[in-house]
Amino acid sequence: MKPVQKILLSAFFIISEITSFAQEKSITLLPHVSVKKLNGTSFSTADLKNDSKPMIISFWATWCKPCIAELSAIAEEYDDWQKETGVKLVAVSIDDSRTMNSVAPLVKGKGWEYEVYLDPNGDLKRAMNVNLVPHTFLLNGNREVVHQHTTYAPGDEKRLFEKVKALSQK
Amino acid sequence: MKSIWRILPVLPVLIIASITANAQQATPGLHGNFQTDAQLYKRDSAIGAPDVQEKLLANSFLNLTYASGNFSAGLRYESFLNALQGYDRRYEGNSFLFRYVTYNLEGLEITGGNFYEQFGYGLIFRSYQEWGLGFDNAMDGIRLRYQPVKGINLKAMIGRQRSFMDYGPGLVRGADGDINLNELLPSMSEKKTRLIAGGAFVSKYQTDDDPIYILPQNVSAYSVRWQLSREPVSFSGEYASKINDPNFDNGYIYKKGEALYVTIGYTAKNLGVSVSAKRIDNMSFRSDRTAILTNLAINYLPAITKQQTYRLATLYPYATQPNGEMGAQGELFYNFKKGTTLGGKYGTKISAGGSIVNSIDKKATGDDQGYTSGFFKPGKEKYFREASLEINKKLSPKLKFIFSEIYQVYNKDVVQGLSGYGIINANINVLETEYRINDKHGIRSELQHLYSNQDSRSWGMILLEFTVSPHWFVAVFDEYNYDNPKTDKRIHYYSASAGYVKNTLRFTLGYGKQREGLLCVGGVCRQVPASNGFTFSMTGSF
Repeated sequence: MKPVQKILLSAFFIISEITSFAQEKSITLLPHVSVKKLNGTSFSTADLKNDSKPMIISFWATWCKPCIAELSAIAEEYDDWQKETGVKLVAVSIDDSRTMNSVAPLVKGKGWEYEVYLDPNGDLKRAMNVNLVPHTFLLNGNREVVHQHTTYAPGDEKRLFEKVKALSQK
Repeated sequence: MKSIWRILPVLPVLIIASITANAQQATPGLHGNFQTDAQLYKRDSAIGAPDVQEKLLANSFLNLTYASGNFSAGLRYESFLNALQGYDRRYEGNSFLFRYVTYNLEGLEITGGNFYEQFGYGLIFRSYQEWGLGFDNAMDGIRLRYQPVKGINLKAMIGRQRSFMDYGPGLVRGADGDINLNELLPSMSEKKTRLIAGGAFVSKYQTDDDPIYILPQNVSAYSVRWQLSREPVSFSGEYASKINDPNFDNGYIYKKGEALYVTIGYTAKNLGVSVSAKRIDNMSFRSDRTAILTNLAINYLPAITKQQTYRLATLYPYATQPNGEMGAQGELFYNFKKGTTLGGKYGTKISAGGSIVNSIDKKATGDDQGYTSGFFKPGKEKYFREASLEINKKLSPKLKFIFSEIYQVYNKDVVQGLSGYGIINANINVLETEYRINDKHGIRSELQHLYSNQDSRSWGMILLEFTVSPHWFVAVFDEYNYDNPKTDKRIHYYSASAGYVKNTLRFTLGYGKQREGLLCVGGVCRQVPASNGFTFSMTGSF
């Protein structure tokens, strides 16, 4: 067997293994980790609340184009999303001290109305096992992770909102 | 050799099998993530892709974390069989090198084992990881974090630093604290002016076994920092100083080191501005004075230049010069609202920025101090210049354009430690188009051009990407050095890739040629050699 075939074969094997496991539901609670507000004040994720309504936690960075595409696409519909379901989006920037100072200007200059936190040391990123950005979590009213997704393709936000609506109708 | 071939395809399967087994027990506190990147190499002398003896190389990791109440623990399995081209060959074999336990006792968090930590901006201490660049200076030791009252945060740590598959010879220890006056003092809590002030101390120990020089075995550094804000303005910064630290980077001089980094920000509705300035003088700080490149760095000196993302704009990436540089950077973001003249029906977003970095002024002293330098006096040598403008325009619910114009001046000799290349001027234009066919299907294209009459001269690039939300993507890409002064170097670097995404799981398969270049993320860069062949990557989180 050629090495390429071996890779493809093992890839196929992995896909089938994972698909079966991804369908199972395991409960994940939002971990309690200290992040920073844009003004530098420490903030514990234990205080992240949305009145028992769903929350979206989106990990992003100023240098991540798909992250900005995703947050911009949601920003255009965010008003409607909030009115319809009461959902809140929390954008966690993983920018380090090189690009951290661009976070607040970028958020304002894009006209985003999200709650934004900084995670320059990657504490929350590691606690939530985020490997690459964008990585988006959907939490139900009990702060349990019910869905997560990495990468962004145009239209992904529509599917995310369907999940938000399904949650808020429960 | 043979045994490697047999193990390789099985390895990811073994990893996944173990995850699946764990997941089925439905333990609420057990989580993790994993990634495998493999590449099959083909020799290509035209682009300079070497003959890779192993043919197939793969880097993988698997993180497992367990949390229950106040207790958490984690493990990372890493595998370099063998390390991908461009990674340091000292990354070799398999190991559970990274492991830790943490307990939180009445607000005192104690970690034993490996940890990542940074003090302030990181000018005197930052341990972190960039897997994609092969950078990892994780600490192995003890860390304490404590909040005695709201408004005061204290940290202390001691340990050794990771160096590839081992640990460095030196010890690193330090403490950090900050005070948030508005949280601490009840009289300040409602004040509009907010102040956070902090300071840190770090010291390293390495034995002096040099037969000639008397080298300091203990080298200490301190820093002070502040963040002062009153809506809509903020002013923050950090100053760091380091005592004499003769090392390979500074040519074994005994001069002290200094760094200053300040930023002023202004934000209003739909507007954001930030201006930063920086001075670095002799601030290479490592736990092994002979280490080079990214090995055993204790501190982090952020580059004061924009992190470019378009492919051709990363051909000439700037990297901080720890021996001395002075620079400034400005950035502006603005949103022309919907319904205004410039905003049109769907709004227009613009951003503009610029950076300027020079050497510092140095007067040689001829003694062991090496030189003297006036704190506010920039040197005459240009290191980097950049000006950029980006316009982001939505024309209809389906069609969106991003136009970007970037001008760069790059001192290739200084930044890449070479000679004979001189200062390169490059002008980059990008047109990105995003077309939504419907809510599921989208097409994105990038047309990029880099104009230069120096170095490898002009380049063109085209990228086409087709996505089917939420699972599939296909992309083709061609980067063409059409104007290279050497006609046999006018090469098409083409590639194609396809991927499948399910929730957090992603597979990507690609084939193509990659040009050699510097890959930079955050403040670290890695030289990536030219390559030709198949790539496979897989990542997931659970």
